[in-house]
Amino acid sequence: MTLLSVENLSVEFATNDGMVQAVDGINFSLDKGQSLAIVGESGSGKSQTVFSLMGLLADNGRASGRAVLDGQDILNLPSAKLNKIRAERMAMIFQDPMTSLNPYMRVSDQMAEVLVHHRGMSKRDAIARSIALLDAVRIPEAAKRVHMFPHEFSGGMRQRVMIAMALLCEPDLLIADEPTTALDVTVQEQIMELLASLQKDMNMAMILITHDLGVVAGSCQDMLVLYGGQVMEQGPTTDLFANPSHPYTRGLLQAIPRLDQDMDALHAIPGSPPNMMNMPQGCPFSPRCNYVTDKCHTHRPKIDRDASGRLRACHVAQGDLT
Amino acid sequence: MRTVFEKDKMNALADNLAAMDTVKGRSLWTDARKRYAANRAAMVSTYVLLAVVLFSIFGGYFAQFSNEEIDWAILGSVPEKGQPSIASGHYFGADELGRDLYARVIQGSQVSLMVGFIGAFVAVSFGTIYGAVSGYIGGRVDSVMMRLVDILNAIPFFFVLILLLVVFGRNILMIFIGVGLVSWLGIARVVRGQTLSLKNKEFIEAARATGVPTFTIIWRHIIPNLMGVVIVYGSLLVPDMILAESVISFLGLGVQEPQTSWGVLISEGTGTMQYGTIWQIGFPLFFFTTVLFCFFYIGDGLRDALDPKDR
Amino acid sequence: MSATILQVRDLSVTFDVSPRGAMPWTKPLKLKAVDKVSFNLNKGETLGIVGESGCGKSTLARAVIRMLPASGGSVTWMGQPIFDLSQRNMTALRRDVQMIFQDPLASLDPRMTIGQIVAEPLLTHMPKMSRSERDAEVRAVLDRVGILPSMINRYPHEFSGGQCQRIGIARALITKPDLIVCDEPVSALDVSIQAQVINLLMELQSEIGLSLIFIAHDLSVVKHISDRVMVLYLGNMVELAESKSLYSNAKHPYTKALIASVPVPDPTFAKPEIDALLAGDLPSPINPPSGCVFRTRCSKATELCAREKPVAQSIGSDHSVACHHIED
Repeated sequence: MTLLSVENLSVEFATNDGMVQAVDGINFSLDKGQSLAIVGESGSGKSQTVFSLMGLLADNGRASGRAVLDGQDILNLPSAKLNKIRAERMAMIFQDPMTSLNPYMRVSDQMAEVLVHHRGMSKRDAIARSIALLDAVRIPEAAKRVHMFPHEFSGGMRQRVMIAMALLCEPDLLIADEPTTALDVTVQEQIMELLASLQKDMNMAMILITHDLGVVAGSCQDMLVLYGGQVMEQGPTTDLFANPSHPYTRGLLQAIPRLDQDMDALHAIPGSPPNMMNMPQGCPFSPRCNYVTDKCHTHRPKIDRDASGRLRACHVAQGDLT
Repeated sequence: MRTVFEKDKMNALADNLAAMDTVKGRSLWTDARKRYAANRAAMVSTYVLLAVVLFSIFGGYFAQFSNEEIDWAILGSVPEKGQPSIASGHYFGADELGRDLYARVIQGSQVSLMVGFIGAFVAVSFGTIYGAVSGYIGGRVDSVMMRLVDILNAIPFFFVLILLLVVFGRNILMIFIGVGLVSWLGIARVVRGQTLSLKNKEFIEAARATGVPTFTIIWRHIIPNLMGVVIVYGSLLVPDMILAESVISFLGLGVQEPQTSWGVLISEGTGTMQYGTIWQIGFPLFFFTTVLFCFFYIGDGLRDALDPKDR
Repeated sequence: MSATILQVRDLSVTFDVSPRGAMPWTKPLKLKAVDKVSFNLNKGETLGIVGESGCGKSTLARAVIRMLPASGGSVTWMGQPIFDLSQRNMTALRRDVQMIFQDPLASLDPRMTIGQIVAEPLLTHMPKMSRSERDAEVRAVLDRVGILPSMINRYPHEFSGGQCQRIGIARALITKPDLIVCDEPVSALDVSIQAQVINLLMELQSEIGLSLIFIAHDLSVVKHISDRVMVLYLGNMVELAESKSLYSNAKHPYTKALIASVPVPDPTFAKPEIDALLAGDLPSPINPPSGCVFRTRCSKATELCAREKPVAQSIGSDHSVACHHIED
């Protein structure tokens, strides 16, 4: 059953130097219990995509298109309505947990506040529920720790607290924006595992925003590769890794050093990431692409669905990439 | 080995030096100037201030009287005959003693603006260097230098200034010294704080790692990066200086007659307001407030333009 | 085997957490950031230093080149003990040892053009060099790292992160150093740019016979670029091994856990079987565990680990491990 369907989502920002297109015509849909990774480098528009869903765009930003959550278009909703949806249907966790935790409030108060406000629970019940959730995200001695302040937790624990807070109202959709980028690898492993098991237990849909292909490989069924605000390739994770059909995806995979293999030199993608202010006319990847044709510089490739159900936007035929 | 620095390649490059057209960069200053130029209040204030400065420099050429000359024709009946008029040559009217207010306002503007600009310049230069050195070197040097600032700050400034003026007589140099003695303290503190945060930036570490000597680092990296703060602070220090001088003059301890300043003129004007000679306070007050307002708007504009958050 | 250029013996770095204390009689809190670390570095070799945040890897590298005061041990550079060097000799050493930083933009002075930035080491160490000569050198080195020399008058904020890092590399290269200390040089860069910078560093190294100390938290990057890898945990060296054998032949439980945690970009990849993933977080370095610092998170910890600190012992060529339980 489709939980969220996003159609032709675009995000524009009004800046001093004119309009900037941060996200350009993205489509995807997400079923209950499904997970989708949005992969991209800095400036690819991956964060702005989910910010627009959550109504968190900066004041000069404007989203267009449709994003239907359970039959209701949530794009550009008035904030009162959006607040309700944000709390009860979808939740978001951020790279830096401190941005969504109030440093001057005890964790117990912050968590209970949400439940009292949105669920009408008594404070006692709310704290009991908070402890249960902290326990669920495997914080040891949750009953004692619930009364601590955010800064008394370590980085990994803080991220767990934030996940617990996001889960308070049992959302249908969890959006994780680079949840492990600020963490060490050993802790990252713990958090990713936690997210995966919670997602399964609560039958949530999850959107994972990341730049780390390694993280995607272990955690999401589907992935969407963004570059310069546009979709390059989209499909099941295993397919895309096994047989990347877009020059950009191929380049990314070859650019990562592998721990389990010895490589002589990395295949770097030449050039620099695109500048939002000065986007190439045709395919955004054309200035850095090895397979570039004349057409790529002038015409934006359409997104096509191939036989295996994968979407790709490239002028060069799949068989011609070697 | 070391093919990177191959001699012939370098020579080839050196030959091409003139031929290669280098791209001009867009420095942070250029950006700041652009932002400042877009700020209407600040730009208007800049032009108004410029007009006042030009007036105080060149306005004297149009005066019919000097600032000390007494017009005997109107002495004794200033409220009636000393009103501002083009015909009499007293454009701004005359003061209680029959002296030309136009000439006196110009002369007062010169003194007040000079106190403001020179005082602020000296205070800012000294304060910046003091603060940057203290903050960058840190440790014990920092403690000693900052305690000195604390001690100077603890001295009741006006009391000492009045004492100085009474003991050494009233002259403009004394005011400079008195005001200058304390006004750099604030900026030294601000600059030290900024330096402490700059000090931990990676580009400072990079300079240290390549062995750049301490004072060169302060001069080449710390101070240019402090300029934003310093300029904003300096632009707000100028009106402070003008105010301080005016207060002292208002108390009757300022510049010596026949010299004058805005503070003196306002003080005299207040004394005679009751006789209906409203122009005697009106003109000096107009210049005084206009300039102060200009400086505040300019300071605001500079802060917006140089704000590091916008970078 | 080529010549050893850098010898580090029992290097320790201690920080005062609360300097002097609020009251004269409060004892200052000491933090042992680096605890008796020893290693050698050969000419043309890359030594990778890897560990989680707070393990002391940056502190170690800075102490080695005397950017931070060491509290014990010795460092010998080309035969001279550098902690005894006079100010003048230290300046000479600064020319031969350069550094590259993590945040590419922050490591460049925003008020200077990139030409001025790259020329600064020359200005410091060869003040007599003529302007045109200096200019030519700057252009040559910028060209080598892949920045158009015509960009010389531009400012750092006009470049992307990857380009800024290249400029940082140019600044480090211009004095023709023997050693470059790279402090997380690619962790702030995008994946596609990361590979460019790594390739550039490796090329330069083979071209001019540079030695590198390469610090990163990303084990796969470190393994790729380094000849040998040192794993640090809470200021202690736990394992030092050739990077080729590290993946298959890691002996210390922490190294194994670290390897297992690295996400592999391959959904079909089966993780190597290890006893357990690391639980918990890094203990506080102010109050580290007794004995082996890793024992609180180690599945093999015994009473011996709590009592005695394991010493690094050599097991085969270029491989040493500090653990009481290597055999099992």
